[in-house]
Amino acid sequence: MTLRNLARLGLGLLLLTGLLASGVKAHAEEPAEILNVSYDVGRELFADLNPVFQQEWQAKSGQTITVNQSHGGTSKQARSILEGLKADVVTFNQVTDVETLHKKGDLVVADWQSKFPNSASPFYSLPSFLVRAGNPKNIKDWDDLTRDDVRVIFPNPKTSGNARYTYLAATAYALDKFGGDQAKATEFVKKIFANVPVFDTGGRAATTTFVERGIGDVLITFEAEVQGARKEFGPDKFDAVTPSLSLLAEFPVAVVDKVADARGSREVSTAYLNFLYTPEAQEIIARHAYRATDEAVSKKHAAEFPAVKLVKVEDVFGGWDKVAKEHFASGGLLDQVFVNQ
Amino acid sequence: MTEIPMTPPRSYRRRHVIPGFGLTMGITIAYLGVVVLLPILALILKAAGLSAAEYWAVISSARAVATYKITVGSALMAALANAAIGLLLAWVLVSYEFPGRRVLDALVDLPFALPTAVAGISLTALLGPNGWVGQFFESAGIRLAYAQPGIVIAMAFTSLPFVVRTVQPVLEEFDPEAEEAGVMLGANDWQIFARVIFPSILPAFIAGCALSFARSLGEFGAVIFIAGNLPMETEITALLAVIRLEEFEYPAAAALASVMLLAAFVMLFITNAIQLWHLRYVRGD
Amino acid sequence: MAGFPSPIGSAVVTDLPAPHAAADENARKHRRRVGQGPVIRRVLIGLAVLVGAVFLLLPVAVIFAHAFRLGLGPYWEAISESSTAHAIWLTVLTAVVVVPINTGFGIAAAWAITRFSFKGKKLLITIIEIPFSISPIVAGVAYLFLYGSQGLLGPLLKAADVQIMFTVPAILLASLFVTSPFVARELIAVMQMQGNEYEEAALSLGASGFKTFLTVTLPNMKWGLLYGAILCNARVMGEFGAVSVVSGNIRGETNTLPLQIELLFNDFSSVGAFAAATILTLLALVSLCGKLWLERQR
Repeated sequence: MTLRNLARLGLGLLLLTGLLASGVKAHAEEPAEILNVSYDVGRELFADLNPVFQQEWQAKSGQTITVNQSHGGTSKQARSILEGLKADVVTFNQVTDVETLHKKGDLVVADWQSKFPNSASPFYSLPSFLVRAGNPKNIKDWDDLTRDDVRVIFPNPKTSGNARYTYLAATAYALDKFGGDQAKATEFVKKIFANVPVFDTGGRAATTTFVERGIGDVLITFEAEVQGARKEFGPDKFDAVTPSLSLLAEFPVAVVDKVADARGSREVSTAYLNFLYTPEAQEIIARHAYRATDEAVSKKHAAEFPAVKLVKVEDVFGGWDKVAKEHFASGGLLDQVFVNQ
Repeated sequence: MTEIPMTPPRSYRRRHVIPGFGLTMGITIAYLGVVVLLPILALILKAAGLSAAEYWAVISSARAVATYKITVGSALMAALANAAIGLLLAWVLVSYEFPGRRVLDALVDLPFALPTAVAGISLTALLGPNGWVGQFFESAGIRLAYAQPGIVIAMAFTSLPFVVRTVQPVLEEFDPEAEEAGVMLGANDWQIFARVIFPSILPAFIAGCALSFARSLGEFGAVIFIAGNLPMETEITALLAVIRLEEFEYPAAAALASVMLLAAFVMLFITNAIQLWHLRYVRGD
Repeated sequence: MAGFPSPIGSAVVTDLPAPHAAADENARKHRRRVGQGPVIRRVLIGLAVLVGAVFLLLPVAVIFAHAFRLGLGPYWEAISESSTAHAIWLTVLTAVVVVPINTGFGIAAAWAITRFSFKGKKLLITIIEIPFSISPIVAGVAYLFLYGSQGLLGPLLKAADVQIMFTVPAILLASLFVTSPFVARELIAVMQMQGNEYEEAALSLGASGFKTFLTVTLPNMKWGLLYGAILCNARVMGEFGAVSVVSGNIRGETNTLPLQIELLFNDFSSVGAFAAATILTLLALVSLCGKLWLERQR
């Protein structure tokens, strides 16, 4: 084959790729679409949920809808939305990030938590541990994370809601242990933070660091991600460890009112979030190792979820407002343990 | 640039023979202004919004300084590696005829054609603990991917063509008579190379190394996949700027980006100066 | 920094000998005396081929090996998955928009610089080359500070209710920045070498400026133009750093192929990531072939 022919072939291929791509695109770009801006480790869950919703919506309204996804650390995601990312709905993992949308941009109504059942949280999870096969460092509970020989992996609490749950859960455990002594609890959590070699910006990057790069002895992330990683990479390679006490992690959802109204997507956005509460969706959610709020589904899967003492933000910390002020605000308690060089 | 054969006497309202000066100059300046200069101005203004003390605190923090060391150190090592590899490839491509020479010649440009993200995942897969190459090093106790060697290799890969492509043409034009003379004087190969050939390709060689270094300083796509991105250990400056952005620390991101901008300008100045020197050398002034 | 080194020298190094114009290349080779000993010759060729194979070919081989690890079926599935297909489309769209614009800019800049003498020419050339020397990340950050809500034009854009960041236009703008020098640099080098006697002759014979451009200048610079466009195209399709800052990373919306690769990589979908990478690799090989072919043409 001469070079000239090779070049012709190349140009042909290029054109073909373009045509192919535009063909697929024309097919994909049918009527309506909404954007769900979501937390980092929810990729697989929503990839399973969205097609089911699309079918149901089509059957109900006759309209073909595409649900686009954007995943990342939720604080980063909230800021992108404030910067102008056009999200119709958010499915976050922390109340404070939805609150930010309300407070800083008035994008979400004040009483967003009353718009959907269960304080607008269709499912829940908890920070849990993933360790290497056989648990070589014998990590059983939060105390072990303060040991000098243990390297702990979780993402950057400034960008990731996942990591802030880890911070809060560790604090809750320490408060319980030291009888409510905040100073001692801060000291305890500080030790854990000192054992973290890398703070990735999102939960998924932290999983990759632990699993693929082989860094660290224990990964702290949502129970669902712990199970997901074991499923993905083989249960023989990693063990799940559930600590004695953890924090209930809500996954708040909201319609981003300003965007949804501007784009005329309120109806389908609301339907989408309501869909997450249906038994069908809850079943999928449970299969992804999130704890379902639907009672029947929750009972059915009860055996798969180890018992754990779950505390709530409201009970230990006096609610999210207080947490935001005392812990997460600039110069707050989190800044004392997380020295961001 | 000034040798265009139409530098007329400077008459005041002289009309150019060739039309279109206003139009093309206008387009050029307007386009550069909007697409290139305006964003840079925005960046500088953002960084200037910090007080001197704040600015200094951001750019001199321990973590930032660590990223400078890693970035500059790795880029230096990559440039050194490319100096050797580039010289070898240029020499072989120019001096010998062998089957596959044309393919090798064409292949040298691959790192510029291959998107950096593709190079990143590919090198990660290759050098990772389970990769085709990485496993041998891993069993020898050497970690390539997710450690500094990985960064150096990624930088060297993406900037490989510079040295080859700057040295190659000069080597091709090298006057064979000078070699002949050396042979007749009884010098051995190494002496001729070291005393006659190398000095004449030196400016081009250095220019190539400087370009390679400069490119490595700014490399992002290939590096982040393979670096491991551990703060203080394998984090490059570009990544720290992105992390600051994601933490919503905009002024800090701007400050770090401004440091990179300054470094780029310094390198631009240096490479231009080297190329001018090179030019003078070629012309024999 | 800097893209492909120009085969005819960069704008700064315009007077360098043109490497591929060396017609009596072979004659020269025979006359080379140094390093022709059988041992040294074999060792050096062997080393160079080894470096080429390990350093250049192996990374390409790895991409295809990983993409086809599970066979043709999963590969095809990964490529035709709707968000990847969209990313392919967006990448092609970006190239289709950016390459012509930067070609137009390149022609204008080369015309102004090589056909007239004026003060500050060196400075102008340096400014044109700035995007080569700046890290793509810095470019992305700069665009964020220009068009973002907290940026220079943020309040203005908000008042006009125009959103640029995290949209396709932002991707196009960032790509324009990064690849603006490619065509300009090639054309400046080519047109500099040609000089403007032909244009002057045409003009003195009464042709209009535009006609002169079309019938005299354009045919003379067509290879340089095409060459620059190929390099520009290769870079546009592969740009990662700048685009990753200004794209909202929305699947099936603002993800170009390189971003899609990163996303799939983070999704633990290594076949997907490498399958997407094969497309960009093929495009890179096509660019290389096109470049080779063009070098033969002149």
